[in-house]
Amino acid sequence: MWNYKYEAMKRDKLEIMQFLRLKQTLERVYQLVPFYHKRFREAGIEAGDIRSLEELQRLPFTIKDDLRDNYPYGLFTVDLSEVVRLHSSSGTTGIPTVVGYTKNDLEVWSELMARTLTAGGGSSDSVVHIAYGYGLFTGGLGAHYGAERIGATVVPISGGQTRRQVKMMRDLGTTLLACTPSYALYIAETMEEMNLCPTDMKLKSGVFGAEPWSENMRKVIEEKLRIDAYDIYGLSEIIGPGVGYECPAKAGLHISEDHFIAEIIDPLTEEVLPDGATGELVITTISKEALPMIRYRTRDITTLERKPCICGRTHVRMAKVSGRSDDMLIIRGVNVFPSQVESILLELGEIEPHYQLVVDRSGTLDTLQVMVEVSEQMFSDQVRGLETLENKIRLEIDNLLGVAANVKLVEPKSIPRSEGKAQRVIDRRNLK
Amino acid sequence: MIKQISVFLENKSGRLVRIAQVLGEAGINIRGLSIADTSDFGILRMIVDQPDQAIAELKEKGIMATVTEVIAIEVPDTPGGLAKVLAYMNDAGINIEYLYSFIEKPTTNAIIMMRVEKINEALEVLKKQNVPIVGDDRIYSF
Repeated sequence: MWNYKYEAMKRDKLEIMQFLRLKQTLERVYQLVPFYHKRFREAGIEAGDIRSLEELQRLPFTIKDDLRDNYPYGLFTVDLSEVVRLHSSSGTTGIPTVVGYTKNDLEVWSELMARTLTAGGGSSDSVVHIAYGYGLFTGGLGAHYGAERIGATVVPISGGQTRRQVKMMRDLGTTLLACTPSYALYIAETMEEMNLCPTDMKLKSGVFGAEPWSENMRKVIEEKLRIDAYDIYGLSEIIGPGVGYECPAKAGLHISEDHFIAEIIDPLTEEVLPDGATGELVITTISKEALPMIRYRTRDITTLERKPCICGRTHVRMAKVSGRSDDMLIIRGVNVFPSQVESILLELGEIEPHYQLVVDRSGTLDTLQVMVEVSEQMFSDQVRGLETLENKIRLEIDNLLGVAANVKLVEPKSIPRSEGKAQRVIDRRNLK
Repeated sequence: MIKQISVFLENKSGRLVRIAQVLGEAGINIRGLSIADTSDFGILRMIVDQPDQAIAELKEKGIMATVTEVIAIEVPDTPGGLAKVLAYMNDAGINIEYLYSFIEKPTTNAIIMMRVEKINEALEVLKKQNVPIVGDDRIYSF
């Protein structure tokens, strides 16, 4: 553990600390950011009205559009003279978002990434290969500062030139790999092409994030590279990587609660849900200076678990992100995410599943049909084999989603694609 | 052993004709076929004269096809001809996953394509019982 005092802090003490920091943050944004001042007033709340952690629920949410609407510096609480770093999200949907850090924010971020890397097997003896992109993206520099903080030997290689990366990893004796999970797989494949075995390398673990990945993918990465693969979570609006990280228990990602307050809400009703319920993750920063976020809707779907972890850390754990709330469907009153179907197919050994959910209404009852393209790996030339597969998918959907579905196997490439990806959902209910 | 080509088919009109066209245009002769189907989907199993090329052609046209190894045997075209062979397999505890007959120019024998669980064991049983096994050269080229 990098910071026993905080990572294993008793929960009652932790919650007192959270409340004090929350108060300070609320005062700060209420005084210094016109946007928050206006929002709080509209909700009939003054910063001082919040008298317990639970009362945080009374405050309005902040969403990505708020950052865009106030582009670039509208939500900053400090003068640019105090801002020492800017990062930006790619802005695939138009205007990018800009996030800023004071000197102290960078300290906190380095601390969070130090915790992340330590939990992921890193120490001052590690050689850390950082293949996250360096630049406006928070991945590269975030991991970099954390790795320096723990005193590791840092290889700031960034992305690209994979053969060269593999050669460097072998020559320099890399022990810890930090990159996206899909790049880790690509590195493993490149090693195979170069006739290199895991035994030719000193690699022991990896911290992988910035995109959702499945347990099945973890299995493949761990087998191919013979390492422990850890999931990490973060988003630039909150701070970047380091918001959540897995410990050796691999039983959820610890969210550093001395710096963040995590809630789960029903994405539709916006009601706060109890621990264990699946919903959208909402994060409030309580130590950030330049750009605090109050009840930021991450759009990531997960669950929270506050029971003690066997690793000794007391901080809340979030499950692997299972989808985006933007994609949510409601079928017979049950919240369904297309990515849940994807995760089932991934668990069944599919590498790149193509599927489509067709929702319709017959009478007053919603119906769900799941079309799954039969890939070469799935195909059996026996009727029984394919029927077993259909049944398995149906059962898994019933178990995981709680909705009975009609599963139909369809021919490869028969589901229409847009930009290479199959259209995931057809909702015919809206047409009636 | 014979290379059989298996294709997943949705129960939609025009699927079979498309496959037959692709193979026909590539000059590949379909020597025998069977279709197993349910209400939802079917599995087309084909014996062709150039199996490797057939796979390549189908894949190029976006049709997924896989190769399954099957055994071809010759049985007398008389009552009880097939029963005898099936009994050999049954006695040896070899499960037959599916079989179908193969159309050939008229002779006194029928050719049966058989997919079994333990292919090498099955071949030994058949050899021991002197059941004529038909080689791929004959199946592909007739």
